[in-house]
Amino acid sequence: MPSEVSIEFKPETMSKVTEIIARYPDGFQKSALLPVLHLAQKEFGGYLSTEVMDYVAKILNIQPIEVYEVATFYTMFRLKPTGKYVLEICQTGPCCLMGAEAMMSYLEEKLGIKLGETTPDGMFTLLGVECLASCGTAPMMQVGETYCENLSLERLDEIIRRLKKAS
Amino acid sequence: MRLQFYVLSDYNPKLIMTTHILLKDIENDIFSFQEYQLRGGYASVEKALRGMSPDDVIEEVKKSGLRGRGGASFPTGMKWSFLDRKSGKPRYLVCNADESEPGTFKDRYLMEMIPHRLIEGMIVSSYALGSHKSYIYIRGELMWIAKKLEAAIQEAYQHGYLGENILGSGFSMDLYVHLGAGAYICGEETALLESLEGKRGNPRLKPPFSATVGLYGCPTVVNNVESLASVPWIVNNGGEAYSKIGIGRSTGTKLISACGHINNPGVYEIEMGLPVEEFLYSSDYCGGIKDGKALKAVIPGGSSVPILPKELILRTAAGAPRLMSYESLMEGGFETGSMLGSGGFIVMDESTCIVRNTWNFSRFYHHESCGQCSPCREGTGWLEKVLHRLLHGQGKQKDIDLLVDITKKMEGKTICSFGDAAGWPIASAVRHFRREFEAFLTK
Ligand SMILES: Cc1cc2nc3c(=O)[nH]c(=O)nc-3n(C[C@H](O)[C@H](O)[C@H](O)COP(=O)(O)O)c2cc1C
Ligand code: FES
Repeated sequence: MPSEVSIEFKPETMSKVTEIIARYPDGFQKSALLPVLHLAQKEFGGYLSTEVMDYVAKILNIQPIEVYEVATFYTMFRLKPTGKYVLEICQTGPCCLMGAEAMMSYLEEKLGIKLGETTPDGMFTLLGVECLASCGTAPMMQVGETYCENLSLERLDEIIRRLKKAS
Repeated sequence: MRLQFYVLSDYNPKLIMTTHILLKDIENDIFSFQEYQLRGGYASVEKALRGMSPDDVIEEVKKSGLRGRGGASFPTGMKWSFLDRKSGKPRYLVCNADESEPGTFKDRYLMEMIPHRLIEGMIVSSYALGSHKSYIYIRGELMWIAKKLEAAIQEAYQHGYLGENILGSGFSMDLYVHLGAGAYICGEETALLESLEGKRGNPRLKPPFSATVGLYGCPTVVNNVESLASVPWIVNNGGEAYSKIGIGRSTGTKLISACGHINNPGVYEIEMGLPVEEFLYSSDYCGGIKDGKALKAVIPGGSSVPILPKELILRTAAGAPRLMSYESLMEGGFETGSMLGSGGFIVMDESTCIVRNTWNFSRFYHHESCGQCSPCREGTGWLEKVLHRLLHGQGKQKDIDLLVDITKKMEGKTICSFGDAAGWPIASAVRHFRREFEAFLTK
């Protein structure tokens, strides 16, 4: 998002934030940090800029450094812009037993990028992630909030086709 | 006794047999409050809050012999009785739904298909422990399950099982879902508490234990999803009845998530004591090895427990049939045994490259180390590097012993047991498959 736009949660999101803070005992509003960062990442362009983190610090009445150190620790928080769709393919042992590596190379070839990169049109980012508790339906990947399980090359084609069509 | 189990088959779960404790009635679509209650759901809340004291509930859980299902298998009733009740501070119950141990995917299905069983377990357990605010810490990637849980919690509020003065008993409590954000280490209970407080997931130095200084500095119990979901049955039927299921000190039923090269990957509720061979080959369970191949090895309790070759997973070194129980899987210690751990049962066929698989896990542990303790932060990195070198034909003979040496220097020398968990899979792979590692040297 362009940096001139002022950073402020939509009123609906803000009331959600207030509701989340109320879940924790008085004086422990910092507990809301992870859930609120999830909301912030979703609302402000899919990643956490320094401005967004400072804004969250202000809302929770904590120091910006307390937000930075958390945002850099957890893999679900992104500190840089990503493609429109982030394909997170599981690369841990059990998925690899079921052919995850072949899925990864196929996607790399199909999208013309390596793991960790974004397509030039800004559509797809491809990431390798660790076990997502879906080893019985391996290989698998997560796209946004959705788990795509029992992957095959055909299913990958289908998913990519649908995502392209949706945008 | 045959218990119910449940097989994942693509998106369309196929159900095979009937009923017992954790997955009871799953075939009847008990996702909704109405269906769940119709089939006896929430009876344990009625029973406990109307007719039992908190100590009575703890006593039943003690009698049941239930042991923590998150991996460490500590007796749940004993853990509860350690909770400091005299400090005058609030007490907390936190459910560990972080489920990130590779090979483990049981809690996820329990929460997704039967959210009310966990909620019911949390209400009764909170009553027993005196927790008025309880939290379910769920890994962030399972966002859609968190939403389902929240909707189910709202139903429980609407029907008077949560909130003020539950069932007129005078006991009040709130239950919340808390989203993590992707960090395996947050499954470790003190890292989980740090994370719940809005910090990095760095495990805490113990003592003090969570039972005295836990969440917000207050006495806290952390239990796994499956442990808490076992409590309603124990309260309804009595601890003694539960203790009669299973074998020896491995009482009750256990969810096993089976994956890898088998015909029927899925989540099964088994009675403790089922022979491993039956679990692996019976068409009622894993259904044998895929594509008619032969078995090579199994990691029976999630990626952190020692790998066992075919001969040692089916039978102990002494020749006894290996059973699905804490004791039987441990028989032989680290030399020839393993652990039941979290119940993540990973099966590998004859085509599996043990060196590649071991390198893969070393990469996982290196990535997930929180970095607080030098032996773990550096050790996991070295292990990954040495294994990478071996895998790419650049290893030296002494590298194989170096691997074992590094794991020894991590074991027991870190704040939490991640350092042990990262080393065991590697040390055991070298112990049982040394020749495969050596084969990479000549390439
Ligand atoms: C590195 C590490 C990861 C862990 N991950 C989990 C987990 O994902 N889920 C879980 O329930 N317990 C996990 N545990 C065990 C917890 O620390 C704790 O023992 C457990 O939640 C206690 O609950 P229980 O007694 O009901 O099993 C983990 C432990 C370690 C050291
Ligand atoms: S290893 Fe991929 S989901 Fe568990």
